[in-house]
Formats: sequence, C-alpha cells, structure tokens
Amino acid sequence: MKVKNNNKIKLSFEDKIFNIVINILGVALMVIVLYPLIFVVSASFSDPDLVQKGEVFLLPKGITTRAYELVFENKDIWIGYKNTIIYTVLGTFINITLTILAAYPLSRKNMPFRKVFTLIIIFTMYFNGGLVPTYLLVKNLHLDNTIWAIVIPGAITTYNLLVAKTFFENSIPEEMYESAMLDGCSNFRMMINITIPLSGAIIAVLVLYYGVAHWNSYYSAMIYLRDPDLNPLQIVLRDILLVGNTEQMGSNSVGMEDKVKMAEAIKYSVIVVSSVPVLLLYPIVQKYFTKGVMIGAVKG
Amino acid sequence: MKKNALLKKLQKNYDLLLIFALPLAWYIIFMYVPMYGLQIAFKDYTPGMSIWAGDWVGFKYLNQFFDSYYFKDLLLNTILLSLGTILIGFPIPIIFALLLNEIRNKKFQKLIQNVTYIPYFLSAVVIVSMLSIFSDPQSGIFNMIRQFFGLEAIDLLSKPEYFRSLYIFSDVWQFMGFNAVIYIAALSAIDPSLYEAADIDGATRLQKIIHISLPEIKSTILILFILRIGSTMTIGFEKVYLMQNPVNLETSEIISTFIYKYGLIKGQYSYSAAMGLFNNAINFVLLVVANTLSKKLTKHSLW
Repeated sequence: MKVKNNNKIKLSFEDKIFNIVINILGVALMVIVLYPLIFVVSASFSDPDLVQKGEVFLLPKGITTRAYELVFENKDIWIGYKNTIIYTVLGTFINITLTILAAYPLSRKNMPFRKVFTLIIIFTMYFNGGLVPTYLLVKNLHLDNTIWAIVIPGAITTYNLLVAKTFFENSIPEEMYESAMLDGCSNFRMMINITIPLSGAIIAVLVLYYGVAHWNSYYSAMIYLRDPDLNPLQIVLRDILLVGNTEQMGSNSVGMEDKVKMAEAIKYSVIVVSSVPVLLLYPIVQKYFTKGVMIGAVKG
Repeated sequence: MKKNALLKKLQKNYDLLLIFALPLAWYIIFMYVPMYGLQIAFKDYTPGMSIWAGDWVGFKYLNQFFDSYYFKDLLLNTILLSLGTILIGFPIPIIFALLLNEIRNKKFQKLIQNVTYIPYFLSAVVIVSMLSIFSDPQSGIFNMIRQFFGLEAIDLLSKPEYFRSLYIFSDVWQFMGFNAVIYIAALSAIDPSLYEAADIDGATRLQKIIHISLPEIKSTILILFILRIGSTMTIGFEKVYLMQNPVNLETSEIISTFIYKYGLIKGQYSYSAAMGLFNNAINFVLLVVANTLSKKLTKHSLW
C-alpha cells in the first residue's frame, strides 16, 4: 500500500504516457474480443432482413424473438441437446473417475513400478496410433454407432491426468498418508477419505476441461455415429450453420432450399442457444480456474 | 535384498495396483493397441479383413505417399499453418499477460481477463460459423472494413490466400485469454522486492518489463514452447475441416484432413495409416529436437 502511494506521488511524465497507452490497449483488446459476441447476440434478436442487408452493427434492429421460436420448434435441435447433455454428463463422469483412479496411485510414493507406469502414460502424449487404427479398433469392439464410442475412446486426457497427479503430490502432505497407514487405513480408503475430499479445486478444473470438450466436440460423433437420433448438438449445429460449406453435409438434397432459408433465419439464435449452457459453467468454477491452470504450468 | 524390498512394497501396496488396473487397461486398449495396429501401414489391409490382418508389403504405402503429386503440398500446408499458428499464436498471450500485469487498476485488470476467457468456451462449429458470418460479402464486418479502405468486398472463406490468416487470427482471438492465464499466474508470483529495487535505481516501466518480468517467467515460456513445438503436426483437425470448402483446398488441405478423407471416407486404411505414421513420426522428432536444443541452451527440459 505504502509503495503504491509513493508511486502515485512520483509518477513521472513517462509513466503517465505509459499508463495511458496500456489502458487504451486494454480497452482495444476488450472491444476486439467482445464485438463479435455482441454482434451475434444482437443479430439473433433482429429482423433477419436487416441483418442480411448489413444494417445491424452493434445493437439489435427490428427486435423480434422469432428466430428463437424457430430454434425451439426444431426437432433436431432438441434431439441434439438431449444427446449432448447425456454425452457430457456421462462422459465427464467417466473422465473424472478414470483420471482420479490413474492420478491417485501414480501420485503415491509407495506405488510399485511408479516410474515405469508414469512413462507408459506420458509416452502416449507424444506418439499414438492415430485416426485409422483407433477407428478400426473401435469398430472391432462394436462400439461404433453407440454412445460408448463417444465416451470411452477419449476417457482419459493424459495432460489432465498429469495435472491431477501433480495436484495430489503437491497439496496432500505425505504425513497424512503415513498417519492414516498407522491407523490401518488401506490405500483405497485413503483415496476416498483423504485425497478426494481435499481435491475439490482440481476436480472442478477437470470438470471444466472435460465438460467443455464434450459439449463442443463433433469429431467422434462424425466418425463413429451413423444414426441421426444419436447426433449431438454440434453435429446438428454444423448441419444447420454450415450447410453447403462442406461436401459431406446433406445426404438428401431434398429440402435443401428450405434448409438454407431456415439456416439464414436461425443462424444467430442457434449459436446463442448452443453456447449459453457452457458459458454458464464458467462462473461456477471460475475461482478454481486460475489455480488449476497454474498447476498445469508447474508440471509443464 | 532389493527383491525382498520390492516384494514387501508389493504386498503392502497391492491395492494401489488394483486402483490403477482400470486406467491401465484403458491405456493398453485405447492407446497401445492402436500403436500396435499401425503395422497395417506396412500391410495390405482391406475393409472386411480381421483386425490387423493382410500381407506384408513393406514401405509400399509410405513410398506411395512420398511419390504422390500432393505430398509436397500437403506437407507444406500442414507446416505453414502450424508454424504460423506458433509464430503468431505463441507470443501474443505472453505480450497480453505482460500488458495486463501493467494495468494498475485491479478491477479493470480482472474485467479484461474475464472477458478474454469467454471465447475459449465456444465450439469449433460456432467459431467457423462466425467466421463465415463475418466473411459475408454483403453484411460481414470484414468486408465493411475492406470497403472502408476502398477494397472490394469478397467472401474471404472462399479465397485460398486468406485461409491461413483467418485460421490463425481466429485462433488467437479464441485462445489469447485462456493461454495467458499461465503467464499471468507466473507474473503474479514474482517477488515484488525486485521491482522495488529497480524503482530505486530509477528504472522505467518498460525497462522493468524487459529486465525483470520477462526473465522471471522465462522457464514457463520455454517449457510451454517445447510442448507447443512437440505438437506442431497435430493442429486442430476440427476447425480446419470445418473451414474447408471446394475452393480453398489449395491451402486448407492438411495431412490430418486428408487422412480422414482417404481413410474413413474412401476406406484406404493401409495408405492412410501410413500417412498418419509419417505425421506422428515428424511430430516426435520435432519434440525431441526442441527438447534437446532447450536442454543445451537453457538447461530446461521435459525429461
């Protein structure tokens, strides 16, 4: 506090200029990040014709909620929403469970073959079988075209595992395990009664990382799913928003024109509707966010 | 003696192994079995065969890829896109974090930080849709800006020469705030007495950034840089694939999208597995080179 006051008194001309420049840059960056987002929201509440003519610039014009009504009338979007919620909840649950089951033993000093196992895991960050062998494996296990193809092959992200492992190592004192051991507590019970209850912060971060990834993913669905009733929201979105942009899109060209018209009308509202739930997640986990990312940095 | 110690450790901690069994099984099945399956790159594997079957053909498919007319373009597109993303996308979050660190009003600082995270949460589909909205010749902001400067309105997404810029700068826009978090955390951990000492010596703000802030976060920067180099060849399939259209393929076709089209759509499994192996091998070499260099030059290393 004292230092700050001192600075204020002694603020040189150079420092003043510096402050002004820094603050202007800060505002400019904020505008660049925010403008596209505000525009999309404004356009979603505007008369589509005015948007198409380029008359909406910042605030909505010809306010209407018609686009949102159309979105909510769309059956595909509801199916996509339902599927995405299922994939995200089940997928994240599997992610967290497996990640902890791997990170906890690897974080313990008395884990047999700890170094070897850690190496086996880290290696997969730098070398892997790639798309085709993984695809063939999933097909051979008959997981394709089922929900399991979405939640199992990506069940662990090695980077997240290492972040969790580092967190366990650094934030749970060895003495706690030692005294628990003296009380005759098994390693499994230590995990349930000591490690997990003390790791709220890292679990929140993992939920955020895995959850956002599930919500936003279209890749595994595109590769493994054929049944349209299994489509997650992102696939539905892609079909609506990027119609005609990519060749693999419409399997049936019937109603293509309708689709284009429809897409024009709901383009903006559908972006808002699909992004809001994942944006809502952020304030909940925000206070853990920086902490979690920092642990990742320490690990490197 | 040593063997006995191990046995004792095993006896006492066998339940740790039990806990680890499930994840280990997952790693073996979903990571190591596909690696083993890479052998089909050296075999004639066709759809319908039992898994990893086929006659050995050696380097036939790798050579076929090297000899193909598109090999050079694919490799060049992949490397250029990736290098561009690193050269522009890597330093910007660092500069941003340094800038944020200089903002004295804590509330304003927090506000900027929170606002710049938001795009991280958007999906590739949404980002590409927004790009297409802003590229619209009639109503897109990109073209309004172009017209303001007297340039003609064009659909940027359909121009091969703009593909890389669109990809790279939308990436910067999306991840600048998120990627800066690490540096912001590292900056806030710097001992304030260093700055106070510099104040006494009459250092300017810029001098303090260059001589204190930057050197203090050097190790964080280096480690992240090595990691980034190590993933040069794995640039996001999702966004590139969504941004592709028949007219911009000249610059937008990269190895991973090509593998998808040849492997999963056309069913040429062996050939595309060979391309995947090549892609992966380059990546691995780059990582080892980057790490060795860093170890020699700066004593920072991943292993």
